Amino acid sequence: MAIQLTEKHREYWRKNLTVTAILLVIWFVVTFVIGYFAIPLSEITFMGWPIPFYMGAQGSLIIYVVIIWFYASYMNKLDQEYGVAEEEEE
Amino acid sequence: MTNGATQGFSQKAFNQALRKYYSFYTGGFIAFVIVLGIAEQLGMPNRWIGYAFLFATILLYAGIGIMSRTADVAEYYVAGRRVPAMFNGMATGADWMSAASFIAMAGGLYLGGYDGLAFVMGWTGGYCLVALFLAPYLRKFGQFTIPDFLGARYGGHIPRTVGILAAILCSFTYVVAQIYGVGLITTRFTGVDFQVGVFLGLAGILVCSFLGGMRAVTWTQVAQYIILIIAYLIPLTMLGIRHLNFPVPHLAYGYALERVTEREKVLTNDPKEKEVRDIFKKRADEADAKIKALPASYAEEKAKLEKNLADLRAANADPAKIKAAEDALKTFPPTPEDAKKRWEAEKAAALARTAPPRPHATPFPGKDEKARDIARKNFLALIFCLMVGTAALPHILMRYYTTPSVREARISVTWSLFFIFLLYFSAPTLAVLVKYEMYNFIVGSKFSELPRWVANWSAVDRALLNITDVNGDGIVQLAEISIGQDIIVLATPEIANLPYVISGLVAAGGLAAALSTADGLLLTIANALSHDLYYKMINPQASTKTRLSVAKGLLLVVAVLAASVAAQKPADILFLVSAAFSLAAAGFFPALVLGIFWKRANKWGATLGMLAGVGITFYYMCITQPWLRSVFGVKGTIAENTWWDISPISAGIFGVPLGFLVIIVVSLLTPAPDRETQDLVDHVRYPVLKGDIDTRGT
Repeated sequence: MAIQLTEKHREYWRKNLTVTAILLVIWFVVTFVIGYFAIPLSEITFMGWPIPFYMGAQGSLIIYVVIIWFYASYMNKLDQEYGVAEEEEE
Repeated sequence: MTNGATQGFSQKAFNQALRKYYSFYTGGFIAFVIVLGIAEQLGMPNRWIGYAFLFATILLYAGIGIMSRTADVAEYYVAGRRVPAMFNGMATGADWMSAASFIAMAGGLYLGGYDGLAFVMGWTGGYCLVALFLAPYLRKFGQFTIPDFLGARYGGHIPRTVGILAAILCSFTYVVAQIYGVGLITTRFTGVDFQVGVFLGLAGILVCSFLGGMRAVTWTQVAQYIILIIAYLIPLTMLGIRHLNFPVPHLAYGYALERVTEREKVLTNDPKEKEVRDIFKKRADEADAKIKALPASYAEEKAKLEKNLADLRAANADPAKIKAAEDALKTFPPTPEDAKKRWEAEKAAALARTAPPRPHATPFPGKDEKARDIARKNFLALIFCLMVGTAALPHILMRYYTTPSVREARISVTWSLFFIFLLYFSAPTLAVLVKYEMYNFIVGSKFSELPRWVANWSAVDRALLNITDVNGDGIVQLAEISIGQDIIVLATPEIANLPYVISGLVAAGGLAAALSTADGLLLTIANALSHDLYYKMINPQASTKTRLSVAKGLLLVVAVLAASVAAQKPADILFLVSAAFSLAAAGFFPALVLGIFWKRANKWGATLGMLAGVGITFYYMCITQPWLRSVFGVKGTIAENTWWDISPISAGIFGVPLGFLVIIVVSLLTPAPDRETQDLVDHVRYPVLKGDIDTRGT
């Protein structure tokens, strides 16, 4: 039996691509845009840290964890909504 | 543990049992450290404490390894696909964090300041790519190795073979470095020979993986993660209390960084500091003059030493002085060529110490706009390569085959990065706090009043720490201190005035980090050979028993081979490790991602794309990296050969886009993949589908 995709399946995949793209943009800004403008941004400090240093040493890392956590919970919910979720392991 | 029957097996009960086991284990380990601490107070010698840590932890891993032995193929290759998200996260953390992360990273940040943060961001941000582009889809695919996916998706042996070669190329250099690290740690804490240390470490690695494959490696890696994170955080917490009166220095070290920056400004203009830097400048000039006067200077220098020795002997001088003069003559370079090499090294070493302190918090310090621009370009390129490389290293991707479901695979990446984050956001903290200590308490103190750890570590290895009174004023200047990067983590317990038992703990942590990574890598290489090459291509009819025997045999062979290479102390090992990231990025990432996200990608596109990516990356390294240049006899200067001033470590910046481009162009020029392959793509995109195919490996 061949795999049959419904319109609902395609919508699921589109939503997946959208959220992936949005999260990727955040990832890019936090890493590369801040890195590119690190010299001017260093003028601003936060609790003793220049902003780019703080981001490189801590801030970006926290955002990375949040990105992955958000993606996991969003997709796991999306699976349920679109009926493609795996059965709970007993 | 995990002797769970496969029949009537309950994931929930299994998770609960795991939690219980590892809580007991953590408690037991802490109790063990406390008992050793008490024994130390009662007079147990330091060397014994070192032995106790080394043998107790290796025995522990061996115990887990033996309990996890298995004769089942799915257990051997993917730990039975029932590792819960959180435990897989810990295992991935240990798999990921190598000896270099544990021991050398904080030191690299101490020396490199802001620019060193490329490693911190690169080695964590890559997990975003793993989570978004790979982990859930590979889990749905559900076979055993990464070449498996390439073989199934792109059809046939050619893409699989390219995958095997790329997997071995990037994993082998990496595993050699890990075994080298194991040898160093064993040597430092037990005093055995380096070669003996390497083979002792090899035994430690094999007990974890030989009997139980991925299953045994998984459960030992969880145990190793717990040890390494405790070992990293305890000394840091103590140092935080010492300097900031606060046990979580991560939240407050901005103020320490401010103080460091103020001290840098003072030290840059301090006349005594300038005096020391000028002395080094003079030494560099002298070495330069000698090099320029070659070959005449060779005979002159030698004659000088000979005359000095003769004078001393004639004057019946102190025997120690005569001995020193004899040694100087004995170690004098045998030819003018060697003399040139040595004097050039002396010149470079002296020149390196003529610079004022590097501003820690300033991005891309450089002498002019152009230098700063090049530094920034390389910073961003390095982050890119490390991130994409992270998302392409087979030993990490393999770990996501082991979770019970796609859902758990997604959650598991979150846990992985969280556990890695705990160490990676600690390393920059540690670097700043140690720098604070150095700039405020060591610099400016009297040579006669230096703390004991300075003398202790200088005695271990001058390359780790060397403080010499260059200008003879009896006071330590910053320019008089030279530091190796490993010292930062190794000496922290002593800097924070902690008992020796904590130093033993740090060594155990470093060992755990190196062993766990080595295991993951060895398994990747051996599996690529036993599963992909032998079972899938040479003998698909092989019985389970034969397959496992071949797998274990190959594991042994690869391990011994890697240890033999490590025992030679190969040069440029650090470069090879970083190169692995660029090679993996260019080799795997485009083919894997397009395989999932673009149905039109086909066999020829993927094969040529992988070859082009790895090819251009390797070519660029060969024309710009000093060691590879000498191996291949490359002509032209490095500066002429670079493209946009990118350093060889970031060669993947060319390989990754080229890989994508070639796959797309070639795929469009050749026929689309068949229906079956397109179904496979749909299959991996949806956790559950009606009329779904089953691709799970058996």
